Amino acid sequence: MKIKFNSKSTISWLPYFAIPFIILLAVKYSTKSYKNEYVAINQSGSNVDSEEIITPAKLPDSVDFIFHIKPILSDRCFLCHGPDEGTREGGLRLDTQEGAFAAIGKNLDKHAIVPGNPENSQLISRINETDSEKIMPPTSSNLTLTEYEKKLLNKWIEQGAQWKEHWAFEPPKPISLPKIHNPDWATNEIDYFISKRLELEGLEPSHEAKKEKLIRKLYFDLTGLPPSIEDLDAFLSDTSSNAYEKVVDRLLESTAYGERMAANWLDLSRYGDTHGYQEDYERTMWPWRDWVISAFNRNIPYDEFVTWQIAGDLLPNSTLEQIVATGFNRNHKITQEGGVIDEEYRVEYVMDRTSTTAKAFLGLTMECARCHDHKYDPISQKEFFGFYSFFNKVNEKGVIEFKEIPEPKIEITQKEIDQTLAFINMPDSISKLGLMVMRDDAADRKTYLLNRGVYDAPNKEEEIIPHTPKSVLPFTDQYPKNRLGLAQWLFKEDNPLTARVAVNRMWQQIFGVGIVSTSDDFGNQGALPSHPELLDWLAITFREEGWDMKKLYKRMVLSSTYRQTSKVSSELLRRDPYNKLLARSSRSKLTSEMIRDNMLAVSDLLVKKIGGPSVKPYQPEGLWEETSSGVEGLLLKYIPDTGENGFRRSLYTFWKRTVPPPAMLIFDSPTRDLCEVKRQKTSTPLQALVMMNDPQLMEASKNLANKVLNNTSMNEADRIKYIFRKITSRFPEEQEINRLQNYLHETRNNSTDDNQDHDIAKKAEAQNTTSKDLRAYTNLISLIFNLDESIIKG
Amino acid sequence: MDEITKHFLNNNRRQFIKKMGVGLGGLAVASMIDPLSLAGGHKSVAQNILPAKALHFAPKAKRVIYLFQSGGPSQLELFDYKPLLSKMRGEDLPDSVRQGQRLTGMTAGQDRFPLVGSQFKFDQYGQSRAWVSELMPHTAKIVDDLCFVKSVHTEAINHDPAITFFQTGSQQTGRPSMGSWFSYGLGSLNDNLPTFSVLLSRGTGRPVAQPLYSRLWGNGFLSSLHQGVQFRSGKDPVLYLKNPEGISKTDRRLMLDHISELNMKQEAEFGDPEIGSRVAQYEMAYRMQTSVPETMNVEDEPDYIFDMYGEDSRRPGTYAANCLLARRLAERDVRFIQLYHMGWDQHGDLPGDITNQSKDVDQATAALIQDLKQRGLLDDTLVIWGGEFGRTNYCQGTMTQTNYGRDHHPKCFTMFMAGGGVKPGFTYGETDDFGYNVTRDPVHVHDIQATIMHQMGIDHTKLTYKHQGRRFRLTDVSGHVVQDILT
Repeated sequence: MKIKFNSKSTISWLPYFAIPFIILLAVKYSTKSYKNEYVAINQSGSNVDSEEIITPAKLPDSVDFIFHIKPILSDRCFLCHGPDEGTREGGLRLDTQEGAFAAIGKNLDKHAIVPGNPENSQLISRINETDSEKIMPPTSSNLTLTEYEKKLLNKWIEQGAQWKEHWAFEPPKPISLPKIHNPDWATNEIDYFISKRLELEGLEPSHEAKKEKLIRKLYFDLTGLPPSIEDLDAFLSDTSSNAYEKVVDRLLESTAYGERMAANWLDLSRYGDTHGYQEDYERTMWPWRDWVISAFNRNIPYDEFVTWQIAGDLLPNSTLEQIVATGFNRNHKITQEGGVIDEEYRVEYVMDRTSTTAKAFLGLTMECARCHDHKYDPISQKEFFGFYSFFNKVNEKGVIEFKEIPEPKIEITQKEIDQTLAFINMPDSISKLGLMVMRDDAADRKTYLLNRGVYDAPNKEEEIIPHTPKSVLPFTDQYPKNRLGLAQWLFKEDNPLTARVAVNRMWQQIFGVGIVSTSDDFGNQGALPSHPELLDWLAITFREEGWDMKKLYKRMVLSSTYRQTSKVSSELLRRDPYNKLLARSSRSKLTSEMIRDNMLAVSDLLVKKIGGPSVKPYQPEGLWEETSSGVEGLLLKYIPDTGENGFRRSLYTFWKRTVPPPAMLIFDSPTRDLCEVKRQKTSTPLQALVMMNDPQLMEASKNLANKVLNNTSMNEADRIKYIFRKITSRFPEEQEINRLQNYLHETRNNSTDDNQDHDIAKKAEAQNTTSKDLRAYTNLISLIFNLDESIIKG
Repeated sequence: MDEITKHFLNNNRRQFIKKMGVGLGGLAVASMIDPLSLAGGHKSVAQNILPAKALHFAPKAKRVIYLFQSGGPSQLELFDYKPLLSKMRGEDLPDSVRQGQRLTGMTAGQDRFPLVGSQFKFDQYGQSRAWVSELMPHTAKIVDDLCFVKSVHTEAINHDPAITFFQTGSQQTGRPSMGSWFSYGLGSLNDNLPTFSVLLSRGTGRPVAQPLYSRLWGNGFLSSLHQGVQFRSGKDPVLYLKNPEGISKTDRRLMLDHISELNMKQEAEFGDPEIGSRVAQYEMAYRMQTSVPETMNVEDEPDYIFDMYGEDSRRPGTYAANCLLARRLAERDVRFIQLYHMGWDQHGDLPGDITNQSKDVDQATAALIQDLKQRGLLDDTLVIWGGEFGRTNYCQGTMTQTNYGRDHHPKCFTMFMAGGGVKPGFTYGETDDFGYNVTRDPVHVHDIQATIMHQMGIDHTKLTYKHQGRRFRLTDVSGHVVQDILT
């Protein structure tokens, strides 16, 4: 492997790593005491169910502004002493260096911060104030500082109160690889950064996962589908040194790759098959979804991929495909509620595009600056509307009619599909498609700042021209003042956020948690990167290598870091419960799509067809009727598709936004009301109910049972091994086979003693041996589907 | 001993002991779960009884039954008696009364806004002398148990944003529902049933009703552990609850025992505490398979109870049947019970439609409150009745001698509450003689939410969830507890 070293630059990033992991967590530290008396929750405003943070034993030797101080200032002080001028108290702002060090008070005789002199720093005296009228943060804020945090602030001032700008708004700087003790462990650059951090923590990476575990994880991560038995066998028997890499390459070239990546992109794009409000009419946006799949499979570079979606229509000589891609910004919800005031909702759609773009591509909570200046980040309300104005030229309606395809739209014919849009899988029954796209055909519409963010309160004194938050990167005259200019600005080399946010989200997809765990917030309130230098190295490399997504994914899955086992000792679990250091692989749950797709794939029911109109597989009866208005023709009743549409991959499942597919929501799919870049990870009894009782899972179990029973060359143990392997990708151990065999026998002879299910038992009794076997195997397979391991990768 | 400690000692210790006796695996599972898994996973029995959970002061109510009247019931036909409107029938709403209030797209185009009074007779009832119309005869009989708030007002003028506002504190989607906030803040009192249970019914007032959306009982950005769980009539009362054909209860138990053993083996090998959490979820699911049908099975209810709730209560899926289920859920200490009854959106044909719609709910609502009372449950159960907005004092569409309609009205409407530490036999707030504006003691949607939280022991300004850097709360940035209606 060719990796360049530069020991000089190693020194520059060392301080970052020198900061103990535990202190990273300390910024979120909250007091919790479980004495048997009343204790108010949220004492320092932490979440009731937030991660438990352990108090560091001692203060760091060197207090760092970015890692120790700013998170405290932002979280507890910025609300009144931050970027929002409107609510700033006492003329003091702590979000800028100038403000924090400036003189305060009537006579300009006091300072919040006097470097090197905590005794004379008002900040220190006020946070230690015993008078409840004077203490900071004030009691009315429901915010408090812990003793540890107070000491940190004190020490920082003592050490000279060194100020640094927010890390995420400084462009990433070129970095060389760190020197590590065990370069043999490293497969590629990623491992150097991970390993260096582990060394500083006194930890070792874990050994490589078993081949069968590794390949299962790889298949799901890159294609969302499990490996087949043949795939497993081929990999297990391939002893060549690049056996693993060959699989990686093959999977990246498979069409399932695009489907897997698209599934995540649909969350981010708040894709739905209905308009999402009130009556929730159907819409046709699936051709856009087909484009996304195709774009991933063709590995269109990320900069183009995003530029087409934001501004495909404004590109010189734009192609039809580029215009189709702009459907991204029409995926927001649209109302058809009779009484709605048109402008109120038109404004809402522009707001949605603004927030979505900022969150997805910049990791900014821009919407917080809609009604007033941002409380935490340097984004003024005016800048919010500057960003908003990029999306405010669309000639669109706020309220639409039944069956209306809202303007702006295009019509696509079969001929066009044949010529240039081959990725659209148009069924024969349809001759042409109407599709929403972006077009700036309301050229005369002016943007004004809306007071309090309300549609009918424009401040007409000043027209707002398109611009971006200058603290991120000023929107200079070099850019056209439209969405194309915005896209150019996003991908400008010195934009500090775009590449970082993108690689972080990709990292999150492969490793479970982003290097910045708040992948939706890179602002002051967001988490700090666990491996800042790695994040920057990846960001720069991604950009320099032409925004090549497949290449980046390949680098991630080839790394030794990725290939570690997920086994964890209790010691390591205690040290790093959320696996931020990556001294092991994360044992993560399959997504809602993967869980169902796995079930269909291993039972040979999966229909591998790409794209086309969304499909309606099984869902429990009555869900649409119960909530619908009762008006005919408006998706009143869910009628499951028959035939192959019942067995398509889950990303094609019809998404009615007011009543989304229940099993997918139960397994943490977002509702698609709004842009979402990070799914929840929960474990609930409702998930157990789905796994135990979903008719589709029973159907899959039965199908697989039939298949193994028809193979007469297999004995019972063979069958169990085969089934177990199909579902979990590994061979069961002897002990497991015995247990499953016991169950098989028990369930076969079971169910005569259960009064409640007397009829079923009687029926079963009457059945012949074959159907008893089928039932027993079906139950066995259902059991295996219900094992924790079956919904886990890694 | 302070009040809070006393409260806990009285309630939780008893419950803790009771619960630890529950069914198979309860104890085993509780002791098996690694504390680490609790952060994101299942809250064990042991953790739920910790006094800290989210109480800021001793609660008056342990549980809430929210009878949401979806569509916007007309306060003018039900509770807010305005004889002036009948006197001025057909005359235009004076501009001095409207004061530029924005109108929905449905009546904004009308060239006239003719006032119309209720076609239904009003009278005063009980010792409290509360005004109730003839549409609500059963409710009229229990007014001395009710607390009417006549001065509720909202900001939204259309259904989707208005219901979303009531349920989540924001007109735009994405925030957690009220029930989810309670689940998050207070945890469960019952380890066999969902903390936040939802029941839907369709009114007879308007066959084509305004729709509902499942996000109304969604968890928003809170963990999906806190989502509302719909209880439905029919063979699968909770989605995916019933064992598939061919799997008996014995089979299921057997299967779970094997699953648990095999999973624990994995945990021993991989050390992942999530596995233990998953085992606990399976046990909860298994318990729900018994507890939910047991709760839904009303066969053991005596006839006099059905008589009390009305004939409809024998028909699963009706509002009356749901009220009876609400009582059964309350008896089992389900924390937040949310009913939705659709069909109050009476833009036209109001007199006929509201007559039917009122019949749906009048008797059953009154029965529920009396039933809770006779079982000693009303004291610590807060019952709330109300819609997302009120209706206009002027007619929408054609007005004849016997027919008229009303559009949405956000400026004033009536809700009532019972039990849970609100003043019985009390009326709060006043509207003007036109029934258009609040003249005394306005109560905003956020005030209602703050008050409900207060009765449950939560300071609405303190129960927050930090999401994307901001601390969100149910009441957004406003809300005041309406102290005047509290005992």
